Amino acid sequence: MAIETTSLGILGLIAIMALVTLVTRFGGVFLMSFVRISPRIESFINTMASSVLIAIIVPMAVAGDMGALAALLATGVTMLVVRKPLAAISVGLVAAAGVRYFW
Amino acid sequence: MEFFRMLPISFFVVAFGAAFGLAAVQAGLTPLESLLMSTTVFAGASQFAALDMWGTEVSVLPLIAVVFAINSRHLLMGASLYPMLKNVSPGKRYGLLLLLTDANWAVSAQEYQSGRHNLEVILGGGLVIWLAWLVGTTLGVYFGGLLQNPKALGLDMVLGCFLFSMALGGKKTPRVLVAWLVAGGASLAAWKWLPPNMHVVVGALAGGAIGLFWLEPGARKTTEGEAGDGH
Repeated sequence: MAIETTSLGILGLIAIMALVTLVTRFGGVFLMSFVRISPRIESFINTMASSVLIAIIVPMAVAGDMGALAALLATGVTMLVVRKPLAAISVGLVAAAGVRYFW
Repeated sequence: MEFFRMLPISFFVVAFGAAFGLAAVQAGLTPLESLLMSTTVFAGASQFAALDMWGTEVSVLPLIAVVFAINSRHLLMGASLYPMLKNVSPGKRYGLLLLLTDANWAVSAQEYQSGRHNLEVILGGGLVIWLAWLVGTTLGVYFGGLLQNPKALGLDMVLGCFLFSMALGGKKTPRVLVAWLVAGGASLAAWKWLPPNMHVVVGALAGGAIGLFWLEPGARKTTEGEAGDGH
């Protein structure tokens, strides 16, 4: 099935996208309300939470150019040393811009 | 106050939004339609992906599949907030989830690891990010040409660097490090060999499985304590 991109069609497509996204925003919490939070589930949730971040970042680093790699490396080192997210992000962006300018 | 805490990252959201606005009008959406999409969908990566599929007509099932796959990480993000959200009324709970994005979730989830319940950052941070997304989209739609090459400034790496700093700011016990190793490996394998856009969920579940079978000593005590203070 396909929808033509007339003005009405576009409205429909946007509505579909909004609905699907809403299902993802609500779905996790909705499903969890049927689960009893045992220590094991709690442990699963906590480990999964930071794993989401790693699962986003690793392919980003592998697929990225030298600039992307430099950005993540610089952010990581800065974060471990000074423990300030904003400083770490800024250093990361400067690293990306610098590497891309000079490479 | 959480509104102002996410303000710095919002500047980057504006830039990302501007890039989307520009891409949207180039794909054939009117300014109003682009803005409507940003307002109601409010999920950048999936909006960009939808533009890739735009033509004189758009196939519905592939669109649903792509949007769902990219945004399926929300399922896990929402689930991870459940221990906090179960203590608020359903109206407030699902209202907050409307504003769930990577950045405000990452802050809230990280603070939860250190025992703080912070749902205000979902609300305040989500609002400022949403407004920034709309401002950015508007700028991009009308003045998109101004932002010639965001990549040269490293702006494409904002979210990656932000999320990475959040991960490193959390607990780093041996259990967590093993979970990250597994999550990273699984994500990479899924990214290489599975259909596109599944790697985040696969990686996160693989990392979560470590937590499922390897409990932190004393986990039972904290859980009971937290269940107690909710009532």
